[in-house]
Parts: sequence; structure tokens; C-alpha cells
Amino acid sequence: MTSIHGHSGDAQFTLRRRPTSEKLLDLGFRQLTLALASLVAIVLLAILLTVFQGSREAMASFGLQFLVTSAWDPVNEQYGAFVAIYGTLVSSILALAIAVPLGVGTAIFITEDLIPARLRELIGLMVELLAAIPSVVLGLWAIFVMEPAIRPALELLHRLLGWTPFFASTPQGPGMAPAILILVVMVLPIITAISRDALNQVPIELRQGAYGVGTTRWGAIFAVILPAAISSIIGGVMLALGRAMGETMAVTMIIGNSLNFDLSLLAPGNTIASMLANQFGEADGIQVSALMYAALILMLLTFTVNVLAQWVVRRLSLKY
Amino acid sequence: MTHSKSISGSDTTTDTTLFDRRPLNFDPRLRRNRLNDLFSFISGLFATLAVLPLVLVLVYVLVQGGRLISLRLFTQLPPAPGLEGGGFGNAMLGTVLVTLIAALIAIPVGVAGGIYLSEYAGKSWFGQLVSFANDVLAGVPSIISGVFVYGLIVASRVFFGQSYSAMAGGIALSVLMLPTVIKTTNEGLKLVPNELRLGAYGVGASRYVTITQVVLPAALTPISTGVVLAIARAAGETAPLIFTALFSAFWPEGIFNPIATMSVLIFNFAIMPYEAQNELAWAASFVLVMMILAANLLARWLSRLSKI
Repeated sequence: MTSIHGHSGDAQFTLRRRPTSEKLLDLGFRQLTLALASLVAIVLLAILLTVFQGSREAMASFGLQFLVTSAWDPVNEQYGAFVAIYGTLVSSILALAIAVPLGVGTAIFITEDLIPARLRELIGLMVELLAAIPSVVLGLWAIFVMEPAIRPALELLHRLLGWTPFFASTPQGPGMAPAILILVVMVLPIITAISRDALNQVPIELRQGAYGVGTTRWGAIFAVILPAAISSIIGGVMLALGRAMGETMAVTMIIGNSLNFDLSLLAPGNTIASMLANQFGEADGIQVSALMYAALILMLLTFTVNVLAQWVVRRLSLKY
Repeated sequence: MTHSKSISGSDTTTDTTLFDRRPLNFDPRLRRNRLNDLFSFISGLFATLAVLPLVLVLVYVLVQGGRLISLRLFTQLPPAPGLEGGGFGNAMLGTVLVTLIAALIAIPVGVAGGIYLSEYAGKSWFGQLVSFANDVLAGVPSIISGVFVYGLIVASRVFFGQSYSAMAGGIALSVLMLPTVIKTTNEGLKLVPNELRLGAYGVGASRYVTITQVVLPAALTPISTGVVLAIARAAGETAPLIFTALFSAFWPEGIFNPIATMSVLIFNFAIMPYEAQNELAWAASFVLVMMILAANLLARWLSRLSKI
């Protein structure tokens, strides 16, 4: 670009040529942000590679049998992660089964105008703050407060339903059931927050239309508002499932970390994450590799759930 | 009511109407209205149940931990098993140090990544890849980040032959912070009206100047909200630290040695069979929860300041 000359000849305005240094700075800044952004992908890849590399020895020794055998025997170097995988799936799915009605119900309660707006905001704030409480503090609370408090209820459950294999053992402190309850506490804020946002985004016209044809409040909620928000809610539930599977500290502190398989929910159990937290520090040799293998399985589980969550949100979302 | 009853009966003596004649006044005894009340009650019950754990946890942490708070907690070292007294001064210092390391790594990288996604990437495949990787990284369980850093740094002893170290713990935490910082930066920058960028270009600013002098300051509040929340979350994390930063009964000895942190102290002392240790765990929980709640309220206050 050359300078623009005025009509009379003498330059009144000139287009400044951008100095090379400025161009370099521009380019350099762009490349810097690009490099730092790609670090995210690199870290993710590095996590996968590190865990995969670490688990190769165990993969070679135990193969897919690792997934279905329940021996965890450091003395004879025999490892199988079935107990932990089963515990991970059962604890997170049962926790979700309790947390979803609670969370969605709470979200509906604080998006409807049943109580004053101030109070609704307060409930929303409290649920959000619950998410901020560190997991290890919830674990401490679970050990010393929650578990002793619910034990009579669990004993009652054992007396009434002890004939089924799921409640066959007497509750003796740490176990699967208290772990499930503390997981409920941990995923509740996620489900509530996402459902609340989803419900808030439903256009007001849909609700007005429903009221216009004469439905009741809950008729509108069940037939119009929930279906309109369902994709985001399901996405949130899946995210919560991923979180529940990977949740470590509170579960480790209250699940009992048993290495033996037990169908009973009142007996101590184990999850992949709590097994890692408990054994990784002291493990050596092929045990480290077996733990890495378990970590890889956990990663794949949470990855699948999270990707599915994103897919659900994109695929099922209604276009208004 | 007696009057309405005669109308609501389906007497088809006159011309056939399309709808049942129902009274227009509200009748709470109708099945639909009773169901309506029932569901309102259930949702209220659920909301109460959802709030209950927070109240109970806070009450216990305040009562059990608050009554133990004294100055010695912050100045003394944890006692040996079986002994009384002591504090967690080293763990407080350790938490600050490890979180600081994590923040110093995650904030520059995360803010730059967010800038790239919002300002440069557009809809390019690479931008979408980074976005996707970020979402996946956000879903990676925190314990996995510990396993990763253990494999990468602790087991390979890259830092001067040291295995467990505050540095390793900080890096593990930064992996967890990164996705939050990137996401909030990206979303904060997207909220900045495009007119601001065009205005800056219009007066001759380069892209670099536009981003650093105009766009970034405009999005400062949402970004700092995200950063504060990420730091608060990292300060409470335990799982990535138990086999990277490990624990230490002594004052911090530099960032390349094992270090005590509040969260690991709570974990270790909660499962010990000694009264003194359990009490320290409660007191440490009190301090940690207060710090984290304060950070969260600060973040909420910051987000209220937002002008865009």
C-alpha cells in the first residue's frame, strides 16, 4: 500500500504501513495462543499414552480375563478387577437412580413460582455451594456422622429384606450403601444445576400455550416443559454419571475397600477409583501395571459416558 | 357448589355440546387439582432433601471443627500418632504452595487457550478438536490425573531424581484446573460484543493490541470468576495429590520434596484410630471449607460486577 495523496498534492493523511515488528508480534501472539491451546489436546493424549503404556505389562499377563476375574492377590501376583468394575458401575448407577428424581424435582421446584423468588434463589445457591464442599470433607462427614446415623435404617432393611442377596449381610460400618448415599450428595448439585438451566431455557410461550388449553401446573410440566428440556437434562445426568464413576475420596473413605466380591449392598465394596487411591502409593512391580490397567478401564468408561452425553445433547435437543 | 353440580352433570337434553360443561371456578377436590398439589408437595420435599446435606455438613464442620480452632493449629506441626495437640501449619502452607504452582501453570495456558478458541479458531477443525479435547479433559476423573503425573513425573524422577514432590502435585492439580479456565475464558470472550473489536480495528489497532487491550479487559470479570472457582476447586482436591505430593510431617522443604496439604491431611487423619488426629481432621475441614466457601462467594460477587 502506498500513501494516499491529497488532491492538492501535499499529503494530508497517510496510511501508515504496519511495521514488521508489529506484524511479527501479531503473528507471534497468535502462534503462542495456538501452541498453548494445543497443549490441552497434548495433555489428553499424554494421559492416555501414559496410562496405556503403564498398563501394557498387566494387559499382556491377564488380558481380558482381568475384567471378569475377582482375584486381587499381590502375593501370587494374580490380579482381576471385576470387584472394582462391578462396584464402580453399581454404586454410580444406583446413586443416579436416587439423585435424578431428587435433582430434577429440586430443579422444578426452584424454577416454578411455588415459593418466593428470594427463597428459590437461596435454595439454588445452597445446592451450588454443596458442589463446592471438597469430597474429602464429605468423606469425613460420612465416616463420623452419616454412617452411624443411617445404620439403624440399614439394619431395618437387612431385617426386612435380608432374604434377598442384595441385603444379605449385616451392616457393620463402611459399605456400599453409605458410599451410594454420599455419591448421591455429590452428584445432586450437577443434576440440579443443569436441569435448572435447561428448564429456564424453555420458552415461556410453550408454558403459556399449555395453560391456555387449560392444563394444570403439573400437567404443563410433565407434558410440555420436561419434554422440551429433556435433552439437556439427560446430558446433565450422563455428566453426573461420569462424575460418579470417577469420584474418589468420599467413596474411598466410606466404601470399605473390600477385595472380595459380595452382592450385598450392605457389605463393604470397592470401586476402581478407590482402589487406585488406596493401593497406588504402596504398589510396585506388576501391581502398578494392574492398577494402571484398571485406571485405563475407568478412563474409557468415563470417556464413553461423557461423549454420549454430548451426543445426546446435540441429537435430542428440540429446535424451538 | 350445589349450583355448579347441576351444570356439570352431562345432561344431554339440549343440543349436544362438544365439551363437558364444567364449572369455571376452581375446585380443589378435582383429581387433577389434588394431583397438582401432591406433585408440588413432592417437589418441595425433594428440594428440602437436596438442601439437607449441605446444612448438615456445614453444621457438623462448624460445630466439630469450629470449637477446636486455636492459634496453635496454624503454627504447629501435626502430632505423631498417639500424641495429643499439634496443628497443621505445614499443611496450610503446603496447600497454598501447591495450589499456587497449579494456578501459575493453568491460568496462563488456560487463558491463552481460551483466547485462541474464541478469537482465532473460528469454526476450524483444529478449534473444534481443542474444544472437544477440553470437554473430554474436564470429564477425566481427578484420580486419573494423579495416575498420569505419577507415571510421567514421580516414577520417572525427572526433577533432580526426586520422586514425590510439591511440583508433581501442582502439575496434577493444574491438569484439573485447565479445562475450567479455558472454558470460562472462551465463554467470557464470546460475550464481548463484536463492535468492540471492530471499533478497535477501526482506530488502527492491531489484532494483538485489540485482544490484549480491549477484548480481554472487557471480559475480565467472567474470566476472573472462572479462575477463582477453579482455584477453589483445586484447593480442595485430594485424589490427585495422595501419590504425587504425598504427605510430610514437617514444614515444606522446597517444591521438589514431598509436601503436606490440608486435603491429604484430612484424608490421612480421618481414617486413623486416634482421637487427636480425628479432631485435627475436623479442624482442617473447617478451615478448608471456610476458605473454599469464601472463594465461591467472592466468585459470585465478581460475576455480579460483570457489565457485559
